[in-house]
Amino acid sequence: MPVTVEIPKEKWTGSVREVTLGATAEQGGTRAKTVTVGGETSLPFLHFEGKYPHPPVVAVEIHDNHPDDWSPLLLKAWGDVTRDPAAWARKAEEIGADLIMLRLRGVDSAGTETTAAQAVAVVKAVLGATGLPLIVRGPGQAERDNELLVAVAEAASGERIALGLCEDKNYRTIVAAALAHNQLVIASTPIDVNLAKQLNILISDMNLPLDRVLMDPTTGALGYGLEYSYSVMERLRLAALQGDGMTQQPMICFAGEESWRQKESKVGEGVPAAWGDWYKRAVTWEATTAISLLNSGADIVTLRHPDNVPVVKKAIEKLMAS
Amino acid sequence: MGLSGLEIYKLLPKTNCKECGFPTCLAFAMKLSQKQAELSACPYVSEEAKAALAAASAPPIRLITVGSGDHKIEVGNETVIFRHEKTFYHPPGIFVRVKDTQPLAEVEELAARVDGYSVERVGLNLHLNGIAVENASGQADTFATCVAAVKGKTKLPLILMADDPAAMKAGLAKLDGDNPLIYAAKPENWQAMAALAKEHKVPIVARAPDGDLTALANLTEQITGAGVEDIVLDPGARGFADSLAALTQIRRLALKKNFRPLGYPVITFPGEGAESEAEEAMLAGEHIAKYAGFIVLDHFDPATAYILLTLRLNIYTDPQKPIQVSPGVYEINGPGPDSPLLTTTNFSLTYFSVAGEVDGSGVPSWLLICDSEGMSVLTAWAAGNFDAEVIAKAVKSFGVESKINHRKIVIPGAVAVISGELEEELPGWEVRVGPREAVDIPMYLKNVWN
Ligand code: B12
Ligand code: SF4
Repeated sequence: MPVTVEIPKEKWTGSVREVTLGATAEQGGTRAKTVTVGGETSLPFLHFEGKYPHPPVVAVEIHDNHPDDWSPLLLKAWGDVTRDPAAWARKAEEIGADLIMLRLRGVDSAGTETTAAQAVAVVKAVLGATGLPLIVRGPGQAERDNELLVAVAEAASGERIALGLCEDKNYRTIVAAALAHNQLVIASTPIDVNLAKQLNILISDMNLPLDRVLMDPTTGALGYGLEYSYSVMERLRLAALQGDGMTQQPMICFAGEESWRQKESKVGEGVPAAWGDWYKRAVTWEATTAISLLNSGADIVTLRHPDNVPVVKKAIEKLMAS
Repeated sequence: MGLSGLEIYKLLPKTNCKECGFPTCLAFAMKLSQKQAELSACPYVSEEAKAALAAASAPPIRLITVGSGDHKIEVGNETVIFRHEKTFYHPPGIFVRVKDTQPLAEVEELAARVDGYSVERVGLNLHLNGIAVENASGQADTFATCVAAVKGKTKLPLILMADDPAAMKAGLAKLDGDNPLIYAAKPENWQAMAALAKEHKVPIVARAPDGDLTALANLTEQITGAGVEDIVLDPGARGFADSLAALTQIRRLALKKNFRPLGYPVITFPGEGAESEAEEAMLAGEHIAKYAGFIVLDHFDPATAYILLTLRLNIYTDPQKPIQVSPGVYEINGPGPDSPLLTTTNFSLTYFSVAGEVDGSGVPSWLLICDSEGMSVLTAWAAGNFDAEVIAKAVKSFGVESKINHRKIVIPGAVAVISGELEEELPGWEVRVGPREAVDIPMYLKNVWN
């Protein structure tokens, strides 16, 4: 007796919010184009049961000052542009970045603290060099982040830059700056569904519309906590699809930063032979981290190695082919 | 799904003799329904009841064993769709494919390399699971020669891939008792292939026309009808999106619908859906995370193997239990009373990152592992499981002071903020802040510690 298979589809009631980064001249900014993420009504890339209106995108990470702590492989691949953020942004756009993520390191190579004016100058230079929407992240200490990001938000008013990181410690200041100058925020919490939800609630209580909030669930690199990020993202995405309005923000994952911190990427000598070729290992480490996070719900992945930009974009294109 | 406690109770002897270790048959039945007891614990259960219970409690995804002896691999028997719901149990077998059109010497060399590959991570030895031999030549004798050559180089499980039953027969003849997986029974040749599987008592892959799950389900029904129970599925989908869809649908049908005809592990061939080696690695990564039971790679490269084995370890780690080491004082490179003392948490990943670097530095050292409930440095610090108090307590309870002459302790750079408090907790001690990353420990020990 022949059997028939009925494709098992979940009936989700919720969807991920659409968030648009960047603003064109008409919209009050200066970007050549905008990038919209989110809007999906299914688990990652399950086209048979829902819509996936916008493909996930790749943001390339650049720094305001030369990143002397980066893996030699990265420095070699980028060459001189790491000493000129504008040139770096242009190069990133050329190789196919959808977004630029500018990281303000907070200090230069000599250890001198970056001033707000310097941060603003770099952001302007990068905005001038590329037509892509921007993500701007501070050094990662709440007070310094506030100081630099508030100045940036004001100077680039109307550009719909995603400002990060916005954490429980400093969300008030960053959200206020975003509200005043038509920017977005990246709400960041440490691998926890409830904390993520809570921060989104606090942000929306300040009247920042949720279509201006991205969510950073915290990225663990392959071999360094990936499984935790992976599962918390699955849980957040399930909650979003089940209709929990405070978990429906598109997710951003700092895949490049996390993978290139690890020994496997940083060190080429004195490691076990079984680790194989350094370049291949390091580059694939980043790509595999990125693809795993895309498969658990990332809408934006940030990358560091230029060679991975086309590779990951191609994979996304294939994941989008229904 | 399984039977309820009451349904099971009806099948038991109802004598409450307690030999199963439970006070009543009903209590035992309840435990059975929760899968917390084994039916074999009751000596009096009837054969009919056994059969009824076995049928109802058969795992929704059949456990399939390939290979024999120490290297055999078992996959299937999964119970959840998302790892956070419980855990994933049986990591997919990762195989590398060779073809019988390759020169024999090349095949042998590759087989030996795959066989010998192993890499250590968090104290575990990770390795690949086997080799797939494909009859690309179409010749039965060439295939048999190639199979024999591979077998000569490895005890790992094999997958035999041939369309022609005659070639398959020739290959199988070289592997008596080795329990290879045979690939594949297709609608056009399934009778002959199933007959071989039955004769040699080996598991078999059912391969349907691309992506057609109905055809695949009917094929497995025919194969089980022919008396072969150990089946692996190839839904035929090869790309990033279609294979994700097929793997997800099969997993859901098995677990949520208890749909027996597709209640088997799935085999994938990421190389066939990729345009480059990098893409193959990413697609294999997707298959590791999303439900594959066997993954056959077209390229062997140590870097990729290391990455995929690491990913597999991550995804198949029980989310409820971080891998931990026991707290205590560890001796590295034979330390003496003047050797440096370092401290960190008992999360395996943290411990092995640090211990590996200290070991590699060649500097004899003491490593004090605190009881941090298996958390990484910053996680434990944020949760109060690696603060000044915890470290001070570990120093006291593990008798550190009797092992060393000095009173200096190195803490991870990531928790530099606790150094003041720790000096208060440990009067007379000097707290030194080490580097942030373990990679920098050797340099630190050689240049900074004295
Ligand atoms: C995975 C993870 C978790 C997992 C736990 C994993 C585990 N078993 O520990 C989960 C999801 C459970 C978790 C929970 C929490 N987490 Co958490 N987590 C992470 C994550 C992603 C990775 C941690 C990791 O595994 N690192 C790898 C290990 C090997 O690193 P490590 O232990 O630090 O060791 C390195 C170095 O420190 C050094 N080292 C180690 N020992 C020593 C010793 C010496 C002497 C020296 C010199 C060097 C050295 O060598 C190692 C390699 O370089 C990080 C963020 C990130 N991307 O890193 C956040 C992170 C650590 N978590 C954080 C927080 C806040 C939490 C929570 C408190 C959140 C909450 N409120 O619930 C909880 C706490 C747990 C609880 N209350 O139960 C924060 C800590 C913030 C801070 N700066 O204090 C982080 C940094 C995230 C963030 N950016 O906010 N987390
Ligand atoms: S051993 Fe069997 S008969 Fe005896 S109490 Fe247990 S279930 Fe009942």
